[in-house]
This record gives sequence, C-alpha cells and structure tokens, in this order.
Amino acid sequence: MLKRVHFPTSALPYLLVAPQIAITLVFFIWPASQAMYQSFLIEDAFGLGTEFVWFENFEILWSDSHYLASFQRTAVFSLLVAGLSMGVALLLAGFAQRVVRGAMFYRTLLIWPYAVAPVLAGALWVFMFNPTLGIFPYFLEFAGITWNHYLNGTQAMALVILAAAWKQVAYNFLFYLAAMQSIPNSVIEAAAIDGAGPARRFWTIIFPLISPTTFFLLVINMVYAFFETFGIIHAVTQGGPGTSTTILVYKVFNDGFVGLDLGGSAAQSVVLMVLVIAMTVVQFRFVERKVAY
Amino acid sequence: MADIQLTDLVKSYGPTEVLHHVEGGIKDGEFIVIVGPSGCGKSTLLRMVAGLESVTSGEIRIGGNRVNELEPSARDIAMVFQNYALYPHMSVRQNMAYGLKIRKLPKDEINRRVEEAAEILEIKQYLDRKPRQLSGGQRQRVAMGRAIVRDPQVFLFDEPLSNLDAKLRVQMRLEIRKLQQRLGVTSIYVTHDQVEAMTLGDRLMVLNGGYVEQFGTPIELYDRPASVFVAGFIGSPAMNFLPADLNGGRATLPDGAVLAVPPRHTGAATLGLRPEHLADDPAGPIALEVDLLEQLGANTLIHGRLQGTEHALTASVPGHACDSIGSIRRFSATPALTHLFDTASGKRLAD
Repeated sequence: MLKRVHFPTSALPYLLVAPQIAITLVFFIWPASQAMYQSFLIEDAFGLGTEFVWFENFEILWSDSHYLASFQRTAVFSLLVAGLSMGVALLLAGFAQRVVRGAMFYRTLLIWPYAVAPVLAGALWVFMFNPTLGIFPYFLEFAGITWNHYLNGTQAMALVILAAAWKQVAYNFLFYLAAMQSIPNSVIEAAAIDGAGPARRFWTIIFPLISPTTFFLLVINMVYAFFETFGIIHAVTQGGPGTSTTILVYKVFNDGFVGLDLGGSAAQSVVLMVLVIAMTVVQFRFVERKVAY
Repeated sequence: MADIQLTDLVKSYGPTEVLHHVEGGIKDGEFIVIVGPSGCGKSTLLRMVAGLESVTSGEIRIGGNRVNELEPSARDIAMVFQNYALYPHMSVRQNMAYGLKIRKLPKDEINRRVEEAAEILEIKQYLDRKPRQLSGGQRQRVAMGRAIVRDPQVFLFDEPLSNLDAKLRVQMRLEIRKLQQRLGVTSIYVTHDQVEAMTLGDRLMVLNGGYVEQFGTPIELYDRPASVFVAGFIGSPAMNFLPADLNGGRATLPDGAVLAVPPRHTGAATLGLRPEHLADDPAGPIALEVDLLEQLGANTLIHGRLQGTEHALTASVPGHACDSIGSIRRFSATPALTHLFDTASGKRLAD
C-alpha cells in the first residue's frame, strides 16, 4: 500500500480540472440529460406543444418493426465491421512482424487510413464504387457482377461495411502489432524448436497470448461500428436504398432531424446510450482485469 | 544420440563478421560448454546450431547430416532458454506435451513421457499449474522437462542458470550434469561463468571476439592455456601477468628479480603465474607489496603489487593471513607451473 501523502488544501487542483469538467458538463452531461428528458415527451405535428408521456416513446419503439429491423441490421453491420477490420489487421500485423527490410515504411503506410475523416473516407469509397464512374464496378463487370449500390441493398451494405472496416484496420493493426511485439521472441523460438510451423505457432501461441488485445479491440470496434460510422453512411448511402443501411445511429438522426420525431429520436438515442454504457462497463470489468490465460 | 561437426563456420550481419571460421567436433554424448565474455558470439553459435540463426558460410552436421538448410524443428534438438521461454497460457503439463502433440504421439504415450520427466525433475505436483505460479527454479525445471520429454539428439542450453540466485545455481548445475550423464545426450551449454564452465563441461570451447581461443578439457585449459585470454579467463582468482625478459632458463621481472622458467625463448615475453601457484617462501625472488587482503576462510587472497612497480599481483595462501598493508611478502614459483606467452600475439610460447 502506498502511503497517502497529504497536501494542504488548495483551490488549484479544482481549478486545473475545471475546464475538463466544464466541457464534460456542456457537451456530454447536459445534452444527454436533455435527450433523456426529451424521450419522455411527444411533440405535436406542428411543434406547438409537447406532452409528457413517460415511457410511451419506448413502448412505440419496441413495437416498431422498422426499429427492430434496424437493431438487427446494426448487429450484423457491427459484427461484420469488427470481424473484418480485426481479421485484416491481425493478418497485416502478423506479416508486418516478419518484415525485416523497410518495416517502418509499411507500418507508416498502414497507419494512414486512421487519420482520414469518416466523411472523406466515405467519399473516397463512393468515388471508387460509383456505378458509372468508379473503377471497381468497371472491374466487377468483367467478373459478371453488376454493381449498383444505389439500387441493391446488399451491395450498399457491403460497401459501407467495407469502408467502415477499412478505416478501422489501421487502429486495430497498431494494437495487434504492439501486442505481438510484447511476446518474447524466445517463446516463439521455443515453439519453432518444438516443431510448430508458422501457422501452428500463430494459432497455438501468438493468438492465445494476444487474446486480451482481441477482446479489447472487439469492444472498441463494436462501439466504433455503432456510433462513429455515421459519417461514412451519411456520405455513402444516406441509409438507403430504402432503409437497407439505416443502422441505429443513422436512424436517430433520420427520425429526429429529417422526420422531426424528436421524442422518438431521443428515446432511440437513450437506448444507444444504455448500450454504450453497457459495453464500457464490460470493457472496464474484463479488459482492465486482463483476460486470464 | 549424435555427434556434431562444425566446419569453417562463419556468421556475418551485413559486412560485420561476428564468428570467424569456427571449427569443432563434438562426440556423441559429450557435454560441451561454450564460454566467453558478453558479445563474444557464443549465443550466436548456439543459435546457429539450433537453426534460429542462418549460417553465412561453413557447415554444421548433426549425426553426419548437413543441417544448414533445415528448420529448427527438423534438426531433432531441444533448447533451454535463458528466460525459460515457457508458454505462459499453458499449464506445465501442456508446456511439456506441446512438442509431443505436434509430433502426433498417442495420448497415453505423451502422458507417460510427461509423467516420467516430471518424476525425474521432481515437478510432479506442479503439473497443473501455470508457469507464472512457479518460482524461478521450478520454471527452470519445467523448461528442462520440455526438452527431455522430446528425447532429442542434442540438448542446447543458452545460459539457463543466469536468472537464478547463487545457491540455486550451484544446485541446478549439479542436477543438469547428473541429468546429462543419466540421459547421455550430446549437449552444448553456453555460459559466461567460468566456474559453471569448468564444472559442467567434458570439454570447453573458449570464444573471444568471435574466434575460438582454445577447445579442450577443463584441466587442459587450466594447465596449458593457449593464450593470455584463456589463461586470464579460466581459473579464479585470475592469473597474474608480468612482463619479463627471457634469457635461456631465466626470466627477469620489472623489479629486477630473476626467476627460473622453462628455457623456451629469448627476449620479451609475458609471464603468467596463477595466484595459487605462488609458494610462500621468505627467500623467494617475487616480492609482493600488500595492498588488500580478502579473507575467504579456507584461504586468503593477498592483492598487491610487485615491489617497487605498478604491476598488480595476487597470491592465494592457505589459511588466515594477517599481513599489514604495505608490508612485503616473498614468494617463489616452480618453473613447471609458470606460463609464457608471446607479448605481441598473446599466444602461448611452444613448450
């Protein structure tokens, strides 16, 4: 136990944390409480009056088939984004670790996508996959695939998943690389002497040893896919065609600011808030304790 | 069971050559210790035999087969690492069984071998623990267990005792020696500790700066060191070196004293005298001006200088000595126990 050192009471520490507290209050706590309050209100069609209705907005949500479908869509979307970006990152990190010459060059390049703003990343993919101008639809044509994500909901979903996963690969790559580099070389060498080939070494030694990182990244990527992909979806598909790429966070925006159903939108954002709190709790409970192997 | 043949072995990193034309034959069942100071290339040499470092030129043969191009797994070797390199997420049992599982041995055979090795190493009660729940010495045993269950042709040890405390190191040293004698497996052991090297090895390979200085039994190295480096490295406390002027069977020391030596050479040379070979003799030619005493109980080390010069000289006398600082003590030396080296090359002058 560390001995607690007592300093004379002073206003300085409070002053030093005050800006951070002010920012948290103004930009997080206040809007969140507003959203919570709003979720208990129903506004009339002309925006002239509001009525306090307790949990009616939530009850409507649970019986709304569009909302439940969006829930399911979000689950599929976030699992695929997390899986794809983590899988690719793991693969790249595994190879990057074996690179001897020019390692810095590769690593720098691989980190770049993380610095790209979501909307720009979306725009990039929109251009590449534009059905009439894009380079990829042109190539896909040779494979007999007609690409039009403006009409085909599955293709639209695939595109936003691809774009969202691509952006997150860099982040995951960094963590995986760091985790792999923290494994003592001699452990890998011991496995090599024990007769394990590269693939076997990876699955029986490296992968189990980086499992804490995998778990941490899974939570981070889920949160990312739930919330931060808004910009990509807004730029690429705007939730369409139809509602085929309308994930929860996009639906909050769409129902609130396009559909002007403020109460319902607020209720949706409260549900999302509960979800992110739950994920954070899971992360703190399990990741901070380090996954035991 | 296999012999190992190293032929003209060279290792370079880019333009830097770190091992220079190493030659050496290791007989079946022999325990060889590679010893040298840090950075002499001893670990690199071991890792080349293991297949963890590529061979720049030359050849390594294990059991007559060239292994230069073989993967570590194909060389039928087992290695014990300095930091044990146990798999942290596996139990002791899984750690030991890992290599056997990869070889697709039947389950009961794996179990039998693991139990047997655990019995020999007295780690049976720890089989279901994780490495982090074990002490350093226990981890060391597990690492050795992992090596012996494989029943390999060659054991490689990379400074396996350097992370243990002094007492445990002595105990494990004996156990490793006993285990190797019992199993009769050809072994190469790397260390920087000359006591470990002397006590463990059938033969010692002394490396210095990537060159093999001498390769022979511990007693050969002690009695007839091939160079000033080996002479200074093997034996504790280290040998004294004094410049001398040779003339037939007489060596003149810097303070003018004259010593009888084997008649080999004329002119300047380096004279080597082991502290334990300096015989107490009030009429002896070597005068030691006492600077410091180290009482070891059974004997006393007298550190000082050759009288009237700055040449350091250490003598080991039996029992307790209580010379006062600055006093003079005289010694004599038997010609057969003096060593003569070339001043320029440091090589032993031919007998």
